[in-house]
Amino acid sequence: MGPAIYIMWLRQMKRFLRSRARIVASLAQPLLFLVTFGFGFSAIFRQAGAGNYINFLAPGIVAMAIVFSSVFSGIEVMWDRQFGFLKETLVAPVPRTALMLGRTLGGATVALIQGVLVLVVTILIGFRPAPWALLVPAIIVMALIAVIFTAFGTAMGARIRDMQGFQLIMNFIIMPIFFLSGALFPLAGLPAVMYWIVRIDPLSYGVDALRGLLINASHFGLALDLGVLVAVAAALLSIGAYFFSTIEV
Amino acid sequence: MNIIEVRNLSRAYGDVKAVDDISFDVAEGEIFAFLGPNGAGKSTTIKMLTTLLKPTTGTIRVNGHDPVTESDAVRHSFGIVFQDSAVDDELTAWENMEFHGVLYGVPKVRRRQRIDELLTFVELSDRRNSQVKEFSGGMRRRLEIARGLLHTPRVVFLDEPTLGLDPQTRNHMWSYLQQLNQSDKTTVFFSTHYMEEAERVAQRIAIIDHGKIVAMGTAASLREETKTESLEEAFLALTGKTIRAEEGSSTDRMRMIARSRRGR
Repeated sequence: MGPAIYIMWLRQMKRFLRSRARIVASLAQPLLFLVTFGFGFSAIFRQAGAGNYINFLAPGIVAMAIVFSSVFSGIEVMWDRQFGFLKETLVAPVPRTALMLGRTLGGATVALIQGVLVLVVTILIGFRPAPWALLVPAIIVMALIAVIFTAFGTAMGARIRDMQGFQLIMNFIIMPIFFLSGALFPLAGLPAVMYWIVRIDPLSYGVDALRGLLINASHFGLALDLGVLVAVAAALLSIGAYFFSTIEV
Repeated sequence: MNIIEVRNLSRAYGDVKAVDDISFDVAEGEIFAFLGPNGAGKSTTIKMLTTLLKPTTGTIRVNGHDPVTESDAVRHSFGIVFQDSAVDDELTAWENMEFHGVLYGVPKVRRRQRIDELLTFVELSDRRNSQVKEFSGGMRRRLEIARGLLHTPRVVFLDEPTLGLDPQTRNHMWSYLQQLNQSDKTTVFFSTHYMEEAERVAQRIAIIDHGKIVAMGTAASLREETKTESLEEAFLALTGKTIRAEEGSSTDRMRMIARSRRGR
């Protein structure tokens, strides 16, 4: 199983490193959010006594970059189906779980790299994590977010056959998950209904853990954050592995 | 010994029976052709033989193993060239081969040696480091054949392998496969629309139509049975002259399911 996971991972890495357009494109959207929201709302945020908005926003934007890049792995499964390569892996004498894990780890690594690139850009723009040493555990949290959403994308890719279907997932699941995660706004003082929606959104815990580590402003507490992230990751990996075991072409 | 044994195999999509109670054997070392009009059930049968699809009823043995319960043993036994290209465009020819070898657990030294041999065999060794997206249709096919042979399978499945290839590439391809069949006793199981190809290379032929095998035997015996002059005439005599719908893709399958639901 090990070599199969490794070679699936390696393939994703090679594909990523060969498509420079994708690397650049993946930086554009988070950067747009960071600059427009970050500078646009920074005066109001400060007047409201909530501090530096760029500092508040940066962890959310990093999470956003990871989520969107992760979900892209689902589109890659569909492409592989379209271009036939999926079949080559499905007839190979390896457990389908290995295929799913390899794909997920590959996609998650790519998403993590993009997340780190965005983190570097936020620092260039003026984000100041404090203390710097906590960047290391923050990267572990970023990896967890990447695994969760790559597993989600890969599981969906195993079930959905066309782009339109995937577009629906993006619009009705991923966008709400991002906007309701507290990536853009503080969780204190939200209307009760919205607060409960935020609480069932797994990304809320990822963003919160990043804020806890990078700007020492956790809302839920790091223990709860990590607990939820690990549990969701395990659940999605299992669902994805199951979906892969049932693929027929 | 029979490398493939199929008994009363059926596969239904909704109410539509794509494959309907077929039985046949393929002997080890045989070159066996599977002919049939579009939508006759060729690809569905190959998918069931190669573990991609589960039969609705019936049993299959490939190299003595059941594709449903012993899928890994079956997967080690065969190599396959799919109807549509199944290589990774972004990877090089060599990387596609390496990927396959690792997935099939071919040990490194042997893997590297086989890759060299096979790329030379299909005359791609000078293009080993080119990305597959630069390849022509014929080059891709050759690469896929080399890849399908990398783990020295006992049986090679080819689903309309020569579709869209020029006669030169087609001849080349068959000369590799016949050579391999002679030297290693590798069984070749292929489907095709080209009757003269089946007549020329296949030792035995099965004709499938509407999910059922309507005739099976050597090209000569099929001609005799239908009192015709060529395999093409025999084929038309057996399957009629109506033009069929395309088979195969998932969209078509969806359409088939939709059609069967409407019919209820």
